[in-house]
This record gives sequence, C-alpha cells and structure tokens, in this order.
Amino acid sequence: MQRQVALIKQSLFDQGYLDEQFMELEELQDDVNPNFVEEVATLYFKDSARLINSIDQALERGSFDFNRLDNYMHQFKGSSTSIGASKVKTECTMFREYCRMGNAEGCLRTFQQVKKEHATLRKKLEHYFQLARQAGPKETARRSK
Amino acid sequence: MFNPFTTHHSSDMNWALNNPNPEGKEPRTTTQSSDFYHLSAKDSPQKSRKIDFWRSGLMGFAKMQHSVAVKMNNGNNNDQVGNKKGSTFIQEHRALLPKGLILWTIIVGFISRGIYQWMDDTSKVRREEVLVSMCDQRARMLQDQFSVSVNHVHALAILVSTFHYHKNPSAIDQGTFADYTARTAFERPLLSGVAYAEKVVNAEREMFESQHNWVIKTMDTGEPSPVRDEYAPVIFSQDSVSYLESLDMMSGEEDRENILRARETGKAVLTSPFRLLASHHLGVVLTFPVYKASLPRNPTVQERIAATAGYLGGAFDVESLVENLLGQLAGNQAIVVHVYDITNASDPLVMYGNQDEEGDTSLYHESKLDFGDPFRKHKMICRYLQKAPIPLNVLTTVPLFFAIGFLVGYILYGAAVHIVKVEDDFHEMQELKVRAEAADVAKSQFLATVSHEIRTPMNGILGMLAMLLDTELSSTQRDYAQTAQVCGKALIALINEVLDRAKIEAGKLELESVPFDIRSILDDVLSLFSEESRNKGIELAVFVSDKVPEIVKGDSGRFRQIIINLVGNSVKFTEKGHIFVKVHLAEQSKDGAESKPALNGGVASEDITAASKPSSYNTLSGYEAADGRNSWDSFKHLVSSEELLTSSEFDASSNVRLMVSIEDTGIGIPLTAQGRVFMPFMQADSSTSRTYGGTGIGLSISKCLVELMRGQISFVSRPRVGSTFWFTAVFERCDKFSLKKPTVENLPSSFRGMRAIVVDAKPVRAAVTRYHMKRLGISVDVMTSLRTAVSTASGRNGSPLPSGTTKLDMILVEKDSWISTEDIDAEIRQMNSRTNGNVHRKTPKLALFATNITNSEFDRAKSAGFADTVIMKPLRASMIGACLQQVLELRKARQQHPEGSSPATLKSLLTGKKILVVDDNMVNRRVAAGALKKFGAEVVCAESGQVALGLLQIPHSFDACFMDIQMPQMDGFEATRQIRMMEKEAKEKTKLEWHLPILAMTADVIHATYEECLKSGMDGYVSKPFEEENLYKSVAKSFKANPISDSSCSQS
Repeated sequence: MQRQVALIKQSLFDQGYLDEQFMELEELQDDVNPNFVEEVATLYFKDSARLINSIDQALERGSFDFNRLDNYMHQFKGSSTSIGASKVKTECTMFREYCRMGNAEGCLRTFQQVKKEHATLRKKLEHYFQLARQAGPKETARRSK
Repeated sequence: MFNPFTTHHSSDMNWALNNPNPEGKEPRTTTQSSDFYHLSAKDSPQKSRKIDFWRSGLMGFAKMQHSVAVKMNNGNNNDQVGNKKGSTFIQEHRALLPKGLILWTIIVGFISRGIYQWMDDTSKVRREEVLVSMCDQRARMLQDQFSVSVNHVHALAILVSTFHYHKNPSAIDQGTFADYTARTAFERPLLSGVAYAEKVVNAEREMFESQHNWVIKTMDTGEPSPVRDEYAPVIFSQDSVSYLESLDMMSGEEDRENILRARETGKAVLTSPFRLLASHHLGVVLTFPVYKASLPRNPTVQERIAATAGYLGGAFDVESLVENLLGQLAGNQAIVVHVYDITNASDPLVMYGNQDEEGDTSLYHESKLDFGDPFRKHKMICRYLQKAPIPLNVLTTVPLFFAIGFLVGYILYGAAVHIVKVEDDFHEMQELKVRAEAADVAKSQFLATVSHEIRTPMNGILGMLAMLLDTELSSTQRDYAQTAQVCGKALIALINEVLDRAKIEAGKLELESVPFDIRSILDDVLSLFSEESRNKGIELAVFVSDKVPEIVKGDSGRFRQIIINLVGNSVKFTEKGHIFVKVHLAEQSKDGAESKPALNGGVASEDITAASKPSSYNTLSGYEAADGRNSWDSFKHLVSSEELLTSSEFDASSNVRLMVSIEDTGIGIPLTAQGRVFMPFMQADSSTSRTYGGTGIGLSISKCLVELMRGQISFVSRPRVGSTFWFTAVFERCDKFSLKKPTVENLPSSFRGMRAIVVDAKPVRAAVTRYHMKRLGISVDVMTSLRTAVSTASGRNGSPLPSGTTKLDMILVEKDSWISTEDIDAEIRQMNSRTNGNVHRKTPKLALFATNITNSEFDRAKSAGFADTVIMKPLRASMIGACLQQVLELRKARQQHPEGSSPATLKSLLTGKKILVVDDNMVNRRVAAGALKKFGAEVVCAESGQVALGLLQIPHSFDACFMDIQMPQMDGFEATRQIRMMEKEAKEKTKLEWHLPILAMTADVIHATYEECLKSGMDGYVSKPFEEENLYKSVAKSFKANPISDSSCSQS
C-alpha cells in the first residue's frame, strides 16, 4: 500500500501536476501536525473554489474588469504555488498574461483550462489522500513501535 | 567601318544589348527593316529588295567580323547584359545565319574571282611584254636586213654608173654583172635578184636594138614592145632573174611608176607588194636610179630626169626571204607575223604572212617598219599562234582558296547554329529549373499552410475532447472519447512534424539561443518515456559527462526534440535490453573511441561477434549493442579520464561541441535500408510502418535540426542487435548564473557531503548511477558484490571504504545484484536490526534500484529491509533526491535525531519567536504558518494590512513580520511604511527604539522588487513558496542584530 502511495505520488510528479513545493509541504508534516498536507490541500480547494466562483461571476457579467480578474487570479496563483500545483499555476500565469494584454477570449479559454486542471488535480489529490489515509495507520503503527 | 550600313548596324546592336526584354527584340527589328523598305520602295521595289538583302547580309557579315567588338561591348554593359538574362547576340540574330552563310560564300567567290583576275592579268602583261619584245626584235632585224640590201643596191648602182657609163668602152657586160651580183648575193639577203635596165628613148630604140641584137619586149606578153616614148629594157641581170633580159620594165604598171618615182627622187623606191613574175611569190620591187653624169647640188626633178642613165632594180621575195630570216630566230613557232604595206591606210596590203593564219586575235603588237622609202609605209603585226593557256597555279590556287573560304564560312555557320541550339537548350533548362524550384517552394509553402490550417481546428477538436473527458461519461463513451483524443494527438504530432519539415525546407526555421540545463532536459526526456520503458522492462539511462558545462546556450526546445525523437524511436523499436543516452564533449570521444573503428553493420563485426560470442556484454543491460563504443571498455576511458583531468584543460573557446549518442538494443536497421534512413518519409522497411507506426519524417527533421546546430548525425546499426545513433551539436558556453528563470530543477542540496555505496555488477550502469548521485552531491563507491557491501557497512571485517572513511549514509543496491545474491536477506536484516539497536551509531540506509519489480519481489525486498524505498528507473537526479529525502527524513523523524543540517539551524533561529504572518491568501497563510511553526516559532496570522497594523500597535510582542506584498486595499509596501511611521512616532514619544524586522514574501524575486522592499523600510524578503535555505539566509540576516541563544539542541 505504501508503495502504491509512493507510486501515485511519483506519477503525480512525473506528469507535472505537482512540484517540489508539495514535497516541502510534506516535510512540514510531523507529529504535531500529522495531517498538515491534507489540511492545507483542503483549505486550498475550499479557497480556490471560492475564487473560481468569483471569477466565474466576474466573467459571466460580461464586462471584463481585467484588474479585478488579475487580482483574483493573483490570489489563486499564490495559493497554487504554495501547494505546489504546478499545472494550475502555469495556467494561472497564462490567465494573468492574457489579463495584462486584455485578451478576453484568451482569458476565457485559459480559465476553462484552469478549471480543468484544478478539477483534475482535485480528483487526483483526493484519491491520493484517500490512499494515504488507508496506508497511514501502518505508518503510525510502525512509528509507535 | 565597312559601309554606311555598319554604323546603323552597330547602333542596332547596342540597342539589342541594352534591351532588357529579349522578346521585344523581334518586332522592333522587323519594323526597322520595314521602315527601310518603305523608304527605298519609292525608287523601285526590286532595288529595295536587293538593298534589304544586302543590308541584312552585311549585318551578318559585320557580325562575324566584329565578334570581338561585341565582346568589348559586353564588357562595358555588364549590368545591362545581366538584366537580359544572357540571351546573346548570336541568338538575337539567328534568322540571319543562313543569309550570312550565303553572303559569305558569295564574298569568297568574288575574292576568288579577283585573285583569278589578278593572276590572269599578271600573266597577260608578261605575255604581252614577251610579244612586244619578240615583235620589235623581228621588225628591227627585218629593217636592218632590208636597209643592208638597199645600201648594197645603192652601191651596185654606183658600180654600174662608174664602170658602164664613165668607162668607154664599158667595163661591164652581162657576164661580168651576172658574175659579180651572184658573188655578192650574200650582201643582199632579202633580194632574190637584181637587174639593170637602161633608159632608152624612142629615138634611140633602133640603135639600141641593133646594138644588142634583140628587140625590146613587154613584160607581160614577151612580145616586142609597141612604140612608146621611153623604154627601160633590162640589159644586165643576175642569173636568178635572167628571164628579165630584154624586157621593158616600163611596160609593167607598177614598175613604170616605180621608175618614174625613183628617177625623180634619186632614192630607192619600193613598189606595193604584188605577185612576182617567176615565183608568184608576194614581193616588192626596189628600184634605184643610175645617173649618167654627176648631178649638181640640189638638182631639180627635170635635171634628175635628164641625167638618168638607167635603173637598177631588185625584187624582194618577201615571203620566202622573211620566212627564212624569221626562221633563224627563237620562238618562231609561237608567234604569227604579218607585214603590211599601209601606204594606203584604208586598204593595207599584205606583204607577208598567211592571211588564214589568224592566231590569237586577242593580243597583237604592231611595230613600225621603215624600209627607207618615205613614200611607202609598212608595219609588222605579231600575234601569238595559240591562245594563252590558263596557268596551272591559277587553276590550283583559286579553287583551293574558294574551298577553304567556303569551309571556314560553313564552320562558323555550324558553330553559330550550335551555339544557338545550346543556348536555347540552356534557356529552356534554366526555365525548367526555375519552375522546378518554384514548384518545390510552392510545395513547402503549401505544406506549411495546410499544416497550419489543419492545426487550428485540430486544437479545437482536442480541446473539446479533453473537456468532454472531464464530463460524466459512461465507460464506453469515455473509451471512445479517449481513443479519439489519442488519434487526434497523433495527428497533430504528425502535422507538427510536417510543418517543421516544411519550415526547415523553406528556410524559415530559426534556432533561438537561450541558456538551458542539458541535464535537466535529458531528465525530462527520460521521464517522458519512463512509463513506456518501465512497461516494456527496458533499462533507460542517461549519462552526462562532467566536462559538459551545466548551462549552455542554444535552442533547448529543438535539442529536446531531437533527443525525444531518437529516444522515441529507440523505445519504439526495442523490446528488451536497454536504451542509453550519453552526452559528452565531442573532443572527448576522440581519445576514448578512436581505438575502435566504428563498424557500420559490416560483415566484419558479425564475424567477430560470432567468433567470440560472450554470454554477457559489458553494456548497460548486458545485451549486445551495435556500437562497441558504449561498452565498458571504452566507457571507462571516459569515466576515468574525467576523474583524472577534471578542469585542467579548460576550453577557452566560447563554443562547446557536444556529442550525444543514443544506444539501444532494438531490432536494428536492415543493411539495405541504412542508406535512406535520413530521407524524409522513408522508413527502414515498408512493413515497419505497419508494425510500429510513424511517418519516418522524424529522423529527417532531426537531421535538419542537427545541421542547423552545426553538427552531424549518424548511426551504427546491426540488425537484431541494435542501433546507436549519435549526433553532434554546437552550443555556446554560458555563465552558470545567467540562467535567471528557475528552469533548472533545484536539486535538493541537503545531500552534500554524504557517502554511499552503490552495489552493481555492471560497470556502465554503476557509472550512470554514480553520475546521478554525484549531481546530488553524494560521493559514491561502487562495489560489485552486495555481500562485500553489507559486510563493509556493518563494519564486521573492519575494512574501511575504498575512500578511506568509515562514514556511510546509504547503500544503494541494484535489483539484479540483490536477486542474484542468495541468502543475503538475513544479513541485511541483521545489519538493520543491529544498527537499530545501536542508537549512537549512524547506520546506512538501504535503497533498491529497479526497472520493474513484481509484487513478490517487492514483499521480499521489504522483508529484507529495503522497505525504506524502492527507486524506480529510469534514474533521474531529482527523483533519486526526492526518494532519498523521503528515506532520510523518515528516519530522522523516527529517531528524533536531527543532524546538523539547515533545518536545525533555522530552528535555532526561530524557536520561541513570535512571528506575524500577513497574507490575504488563506492557503498561503496556512502554509507559511505551518512552515514557521515547524521551526518552533509562535505564529500569529493576519489576513490584511489593516489587521496587521492593529496587531502591531506599540507596544507589541512580535519578533518578526512576514508580509505579503500584493494584497487588496493595502499592499505590503504601504503597510510596512505605516508600521515604520508608527515606530518613528513611538521613538519620539518614548525614546525607545523599535525596529520590527519585516520580511517581504513574494513570488517574483526580481531585483526591482527587492529595491522597492528596501525603500519602503523592509529588511529583506523571502521567496514564496518557502525554501529552507533561502528562509534561513534572510532570517539570519534580519536577526543578526539580536542573536538568540542556541538552546534548540536540548529542546525537542
């Protein structure tokens, strides 16, 4: 099980969904904060869902307030960077590029991309955390030994 | 130069040369000539036609003669000639060529005729001169002989007068006279005979007749003469003319006149030619008077007549005598001579010469003859007997000249025609070439355009498919959609390749030049194929020589493309064994590999391997490889040379030539197909595309790209053994720090100084592992046997490591070595347990390398103590790093035994500090807080600048503040400024110095931002996301003012 978890994590890295920052996060996880990574991830998804919602609304309004969008996206990007979601981060960067250029169409397209990557990552991470939780007791059992 | 036309012609010619449009030439010429036609047509059409012909002919001629001039013209008007695309003068005037030939022939004919004329004239003149001299010679001779005869007759007359009349009795009688004249006949060569007639008046006739006993007879009848006033009977005569005796000379008309004229003038007189009596030859009679008494000076005619005693006459038998005379002269046969009496100019009388014998009438010469008789005039006309023959040299020279001239003309004509033909062909070919090139360009253009046009909608399709896959789909639908996506991706990859190829062909592809890290690119490529290679069970490995600079400047994307292409091919065609990518300097390969010549699939190599087929080869996976260069024999050169000459030979040049070789143990390339591997759309075998797919365009693109990088690409391949592709590429050297963007994967630095043992029986593979470990900063010892490694690690035999140290952090075991070593598990377990019990002794951690691992093997590994980690191949430094980190970190956590690494130091800095984190982003806040908490800090969070200001009202208990810069409402700079302002006010009020270290948290660590940070009163910045080292540095700097006690060690 542990191995499977490791493999999944490895594949996430290999496919570029995550970068070193995620590793850093995992390092922060210790006895004091046993579920730190998951906690942060949950926080991230909650926050990002809110941001996506806001951006969605902003975009649906039709009038493109690029400054506002940029601000939202800055936050989104910041969060993504913190958690190490490299693909989402890349898309966010592109979105901001388009914002700066005032390219509404590009914004819309990238936003779809952002949402897509975000959803994929969410799915994958949830799967991962689920497995990790299942594998987790073993680990703790060993530790307590 | 030749005639008035020449100037016209030359201007025409210049015009033709300057004319940029050769097609426009023809009509222009015709109008010109038709203008000319009109002008002259006024006179007469026939004449104009003739002139036109001559004009064109002369033009042609002038053209021939003045090709040199044309060439000079060409030189002067070089640029203009260049414009009109090389259609030459000869070609312009091709229509004139036959006319030129005809004209040339005519001219040669005229010249030949002229030469003939000249030669003929010369010979004629010479002939005439000969004739004149001959004629004059004859005339002079005849005249001389004649005058000699006359003189002698004169002398005879004096003799007669002296001895007949002045002696009494006469001393001369017929006998004496005849005798004398006969004996002196040689003196008178032209006279057939002489006779003397006495003047007898009628009164004295009786007496005379009786004295001589004969009667006077007439000449024509021989009868006794009738009575006349006067008679002139011959009394003496030479024997040859004895028939004249007693004939009255005055009875003949001619003679009578002669006699009368002679006694009146007292000189010799001649008759006109007539037929002589006896011979009936043509002749003249010479009459000379004999006077009785001496005459007074200047006697009158009457006195003369009175004094006349008789007449001496002689007959010139001109015909026979002249013939005789002329016969003595040379060249007699060649000429015909006529002598005429032209006293009556209108009716010349023939004196000599056969009237029928005309001879050559075209040429004659007249010579005057003076026979001493002023009354009579004579002339001599000489002609050649035969017409002048045409001289032999003329006969040979002229036709020869004509023939040569004609031949020369024909040769020139032939050459010109040939030139025209060749030039025509040339132009045609040039046009075809241009068209072919245009077609090629058009093809590339078309490909590029079409590819581009296809790509755009394809992107749409792919995007939509991707989105479709994100929706709720049944498994069948998902399967269909995924298949469609895979197909679409394949299609777009193909289109991209075609586009690339077209771009390269159109010369539109330009390489960019950016710094990049070769090693990380190779790791990326490897990770792309990791899954496939793992599934197939192929070993995939990369090795980069230490001498290759870390950062080079070039087109990383294209470099990557080449390698992906080659590795992709290798992965595609390899079922077992390995794929090994090796990068080193091109110069390096020379020393190592030169010893072994490349065997390009030759029979020789087959023989060698057949002869000595070892069970295992010294390659990465133990399978045989096509190229011997990557086997350990030569590879160790590379590795060892690296160790020996680390940076001793620093290449000063700014360029670095890299050699990349990709070795696989696949199916290889059939010998027959090896020649066309790099040709576009050619695959090794048509069955290849059926089995493996692909277009075969990849290698040709790679070749183009490699050539653009100023390198070469080649390969060595042996069927069923494998292929080794290698290429060289030139990159610029680059400063390590010029790489601003963090494209270099930041390898964790926490491994520096660690030691490890790699257990691997295969030296090449061990070298690859060592390379990756080295990049992490881990120094590696290679051992071939796991048993030795374990015993060394557990220190049982006390033998130190080869490097002389006993510190050992990890043992990395290749799966093969572990599997092949029996009964080692227990030892490993023992070692592990032993070290576990001994807390103070640092134990090496175990890790296993594997390409693929079955579940049972995995379980066995775990039970043996490899539970820590299994590192899956292909090896990449970052991945090894991550895995090892996991292993080490786990151990650290479990043992609560932090080593002297940076987190501990950071911990010492931060423990017990109260830190405010200001960030509007919830996640970031949480992460930052978590990180700081981990190092023992007490963290308070604020979600905006205002909240932070509220918390930081003096006095406060915070030791530091981490401030996000970009926040809504109040950004980090503004917040910091306000905080500093507050501190300033507080200082004025309470005289207490407050300075809260404020560190900016920012994602973009560019210089300008840093400046601004400092300007607004911040103490430093940390890059987001947090990185231990960076964080430590910044924090340490900020906290320098108030260092904290190092109490952290005893804590925890």
